[in-house]
Parts: sequence; structure tokens; C-alpha cells
Amino acid sequence: MENFLLRNIENPNSADINEYLKVGGYKNLTKSLGMKPKDIIEEVKKSGLRGRGGAGFPAAMKWNFATADPKFPKYLLCNADEGEPGTFKDRPILEKNPHLLIEGMVISGYALGSEYGYIYLRGEYPQAKDILNEAIKQAYEKKYLGDDILGKGVKFHLSVYQGAGAYICGEETALIESIEGKKGQPRSKPPFPVNVGAWSMPTIVNNVETLSNVPYIMEIGGDAYSNIGSKDCPGPKLFSVSGYVEKPGVYELPMGISLRDIIYKHAGGIKDSKKLKAVIPGGISTPVLPADGIDCAMDFVSMPKAGSMLGSGAVIVLDESVCMVRVAYRALKFFEHESCGKCVPCREGTDWLRKILERIENGKGSEGDIYLLSDVAGLISGRTFCPLGDGAAGVVTGMIKHFRNEFEEHIKNKKCVVS
Amino acid sequence: MFGETVLKEIDEIRVKYPDRRSALLPSLYIAQREFGWLSQEAMQCVAKALNLSESIVRGTASFYSMFKHKPVGRHLIQLCTNVSCMILGAERLVDFLGNKYGLQPDGTTEDGRLSLVVMECIGACGTAPAMLINTDFYDNLSEKRIEEILEKYK
Repeated sequence: MENFLLRNIENPNSADINEYLKVGGYKNLTKSLGMKPKDIIEEVKKSGLRGRGGAGFPAAMKWNFATADPKFPKYLLCNADEGEPGTFKDRPILEKNPHLLIEGMVISGYALGSEYGYIYLRGEYPQAKDILNEAIKQAYEKKYLGDDILGKGVKFHLSVYQGAGAYICGEETALIESIEGKKGQPRSKPPFPVNVGAWSMPTIVNNVETLSNVPYIMEIGGDAYSNIGSKDCPGPKLFSVSGYVEKPGVYELPMGISLRDIIYKHAGGIKDSKKLKAVIPGGISTPVLPADGIDCAMDFVSMPKAGSMLGSGAVIVLDESVCMVRVAYRALKFFEHESCGKCVPCREGTDWLRKILERIENGKGSEGDIYLLSDVAGLISGRTFCPLGDGAAGVVTGMIKHFRNEFEEHIKNKKCVVS
Repeated sequence: MFGETVLKEIDEIRVKYPDRRSALLPSLYIAQREFGWLSQEAMQCVAKALNLSESIVRGTASFYSMFKHKPVGRHLIQLCTNVSCMILGAERLVDFLGNKYGLQPDGTTEDGRLSLVVMECIGACGTAPAMLINTDFYDNLSEKRIEEILEKYK
């Protein structure tokens, strides 16, 4: 499959608008502005595009909810708060192909009747901020942004909003709170952002990769797009592969490719020919899979059946040298740190899970601790405003399910016998 | 208090949003740039510039880990230790910074040269371990490489 999302990124000047234009950039915008907004949404609906942020919600359904709301203005927010550990898939788009995102946002804004877009960019990507700002400036100069885009009377304004290091702001209602200048704590839903979002107006929050797929859908048409990859969630997908593989990096592959193929065919297999132990398939919040569980199709529909989730498509590969208790402990340290504090099960639960894992890791665990971990995880799961708590609970239960013996050995031997 | 140039910069940000409070995060970044960290005075300046109460400014600022509530050294090292970096040795690098430079997480060297913050994921998992120094990005880190890099930050 030819790259679309990562097209031209080997070109060192790929972020420049002239280089983007040379490879057909913005022609899909020109084409789209000649269409009716509702026909664009229809193409996206036919394409079967699902949100690439992790939840996999059908994009056109979200869009239709927003356009059905009579309130204006509507806001289009791009979620570039790529904070899920293991994930670096949006980064090449932001840093090397920013005009693809801008083109996708202008097309989407036109389709949605939105005249204002914001890119909520994580604070940890200072380079991307400069690159995006420069790209936005270039797009204004060439009239791909502004009050009268390409002389068609279409208006769309775009700017970057820099986050400040809170993982939770990747959750869409927390992102909205943050762009309103508040603490990034998730809102209770309903109402959903498509009706009451940023500044109380209908707001569409889409991931970088989701919006960057829109020009492609307009280029090849919704029907052709729907034939790429998995039937239930088609299209190209960016996978970020890290950990013990020969060739870590970001790969653009058809949705539904097997996890085994990602690791062995594309990422070069396990580093130094060591033995695979486990894979975290979709970012740290997704349950771990054991080495014999990687023959699964990487898409939003298949992965839950395989006992995990697609998440952000961030594949973290762990070899035999890795201690799973340590990974679980580090993951929970993360969740405890990033829990926003709004709801008790997550705030207190992640703290307790971390404490228990810490003492097991330090050789001070007791026999009842594995039961206690499962118990606390069960008390978090399904009882929180947002998926952060569920993620933390799922990590712990997944680890115990597949690597219970390592936890037991830690407790029995009062130390790690792996590394 | 902020000078006129800074106030103008904040005004330009304000008009991008339907509500002035949206300018709070960008203004906190500006205050941090101007003062080096968010001292009480820095936050008072932000409150005044945006006509927000000081409690709102402080309450919001304290939520976000990239806003600094104590002075930081001339160069801020933000080193990732999340799972992908951890399994490739990031925690050893934290120890190295402690042993070699006397630099502890959330601490500053005695000469005020370096500060260290241990980060959650900075999105460089494919080239782990990784860090930011100020806004410069470095990956594929080793003890030797950190030593060489830090030569540039006096």
C-alpha cells in the first residue's frame, strides 16, 4: 500500500507548503469546496472512517450529530494531545506533513459549517508548535485559510493551542475544559460536545490522524476508501512501534493487519533475536497480550475479541528480559500521576494500585496482594467519568491474567527473578 | 508588572477566543518565559492582564505539570521514564544525572545550571530513551551521549 498519511515525509522540506503542493497538496480542498457540505459528510460516511484517537467512534456519525444541532458557531478542535505512552504516530504528521492536517481541517470545517478550528497540541512537542504555526501562516498567505478561501467565500480560521503536560487533556471534554482556560478535568456526559462543547457551542473533536484521512477520502472516494483494510473499520492506520524490535518507528499500514506482521514483517522482529514475552498493543492503557496472543487483527472491532484494544495503535514490544511487575508498576505510577482528581474511584484507586505494585516490586508484597489488586481494579472499572480509570484497571487485570506467576514469584522470593 | 509589549502579545491571543479565560494557558506560558517560573508576582500579572481572580489563575496553573511553581535552573532537562524509555534504560540515566551532576528529580544543581523533571511520555518511544532540554529534543540517549549534550548547556 502506498503511503498517504506519511506521503513525502522523507523529503527534508516536506513541511513547506510548496513541497506539499508539488505532491498534489490542497487539490482535495479545491475539489471539496466545489461540493455541497452534506455530500462531503456522505463520502466520509461511505468511507467508514472511525476516529483514530483510541475510541474508534464512527467519524461521520459524530459529524452528523454536530450538524444536526442548530446552534452556531460550531468549533472544530483537533486533538493533537498525543499523550498515551508508546504513541508517537501523530508526530510525523504534525512535524513533517502539517499541511495534510490543515487541508483535512479546512475540508472538515467546510463540511461541518464550522469557521473556527483549533489544534490542541501537547506541550511536550515544542518543535511541532513552531512547524504548525509556520504552516498555518503559509496557508493563510496562499488563501487556504482565511475569510475567503480560494475565492469561494468559505471562511475558516485556525490556530494552535498549547497544552501544558496533562495527559487527561487528550480526553475530549477535558481538552475542551483546557482550551477554555480551566483545569483539564473531564465533564459528565451528556450533554456531548457535539451539542454543548467548547464555550457551550457544538464542538467536534477529532484526532490528528482522523482529520488527516479526510483529504484521502475526498481523493479516492468513500467507496474505494472503505475497501482498504478491515471491512468494519477501514482505511490506513498509523502504528507506532517501540520497545525491543529491530526497527522501531511509525508505520502506515492497512487497518486490520495482524499484530504479528507489524512486529515481524515491518518492525524487523525482536531485537537481537531474543524471545518475545509480551506486547502492549495500543498504548499503555490497553491490556497486555502474551507472546502467543499476537495473531490478532489490529482494528477497533477485532482487538476487544482478542482480549485487548486497538487504542492508539501504539505497539510496545517486550522481550524476555522485561519484568512485568515493573512494567505494571511504572504504568500505574503514570496513571496515578495523571489522574485528574475529579472522581474518587480513579484518584484513590490508582494511588492504591501503585502502592501495592510498588511494594510487590520492592520485595515487600504479601500473599493477599494479588487479590487486593484485582479487587481495587474491579472497584475502579466502570465507575469513573472518563476512561483513564478503566485503562488503569485494565492494565492491572491484564497483567495478572497473563503473568500471575511473575507476581507470585516476586512475592514469594521477595525480589525480581527476571531482570 | 508586564511591560507593554507583553500586554500587547496577550491581547493578540485573547482575540482568538470567544472568552478571555481561554487566554489563560498561553498567558501562563508567557509569564513563565518572562519570570522563569510562576512566582506569585508572575501569576498576579496574568490575573491582572486577563481580569481574572488570582485564585482562578493559581488553581488552573497548579493543575498542569509544565507550569513551574518554583525557580528552575538555566536549563531544564525533561527526561522521559515511561515504559518504552524505562525498558531501554531511562532510569539508569536518572541515576547517572544524580551521581555525575548531583541532580535529583524535581531538583536543581547547586550552581543553578541544570534542573531535572522526570516526564511521562514525550512521544519519542521509537528512539527511546529521550529528553527535552528547554525546547531542544534529544533521543537515543546513553550516559555518554547525555554528557556530550550537556556540554552545550552551560
